[in-house]
Amino acid sequence: MDKNEIEVDIKVPNQTRYLSLIGRIGEDLAKELDRYDGDRETLAYHINLVLTEAMVNAIKHANAGDPDKMVHVYINLSEHELVIRVYDDGQGFDISTIPPPDFDKLEDRGRGIFIIKSLMDSVRYDKINGGNVLEMCKTFRCPS
Amino acid sequence: MNLNVEQKNDIMIIFVKEERLDAHNSNDLKTKMQELFENGNKHLLVDMNDVRFIDSSGLGALVSGFKNAISHQGSLKLTSLQPQVRSMFELTRLHRVFEIFGSTAEALENF
Repeated sequence: MDKNEIEVDIKVPNQTRYLSLIGRIGEDLAKELDRYDGDRETLAYHINLVLTEAMVNAIKHANAGDPDKMVHVYINLSEHELVIRVYDDGQGFDISTIPPPDFDKLEDRGRGIFIIKSLMDSVRYDKINGGNVLEMCKTFRCPS
Repeated sequence: MNLNVEQKNDIMIIFVKEERLDAHNSNDLKTKMQELFENGNKHLLVDMNDVRFIDSSGLGALVSGFKNAISHQGSLKLTSLQPQVRSMFELTRLHRVFEIFGSTAEALENF
């Protein structure tokens, strides 16, 4: 691991009350990117948001709201890349079959994965050790 | 969830007094809007000045309120969106659906 790399590995109960805690960690991490030359406020918001969306996905859908289960969040931040993994031990789903929202049809739900895919450079959801992992990556521009 | 409701003529203004509107608390807002429509109110204005963060569940609660307004022959408008919150409406194209105003005073003139 690079000396400028930050690794966060955290497990919280499968409850929405922990969304703000995890989101805040994401926001604070954006401040650690010394050489980031983009809009830091926006980046902080986006990290907070994708963490929140991924956790809600795990809590409500994959773990079916079971408060006895845990959500495992792993974040790795280096100078050039942010990698977030959110693990769940639910049934999972096929991320490729989730359609983008129909903008002409006003649905209450169905924007979470779209938001994650819009804000991150790559998103995948795979089976792992009897559960699933949602992996989201973002690459940073290097200042010249 | 911290919500303040004030009445101005026939318009109910809901002030969302939370920094985050997310999957943890958005259902409370949805329920409050539902309750106001069921009690015979037709026009709601949601003031989001204190909200710094919204997720897809928060957006969903507002969409639900908007549809509820239509089914009650009423209206639901939004005011005082922070820049990052506004950007989420743009990303999900919801800025085309909602009437969004810069201030509560401006919104009240447009009902």
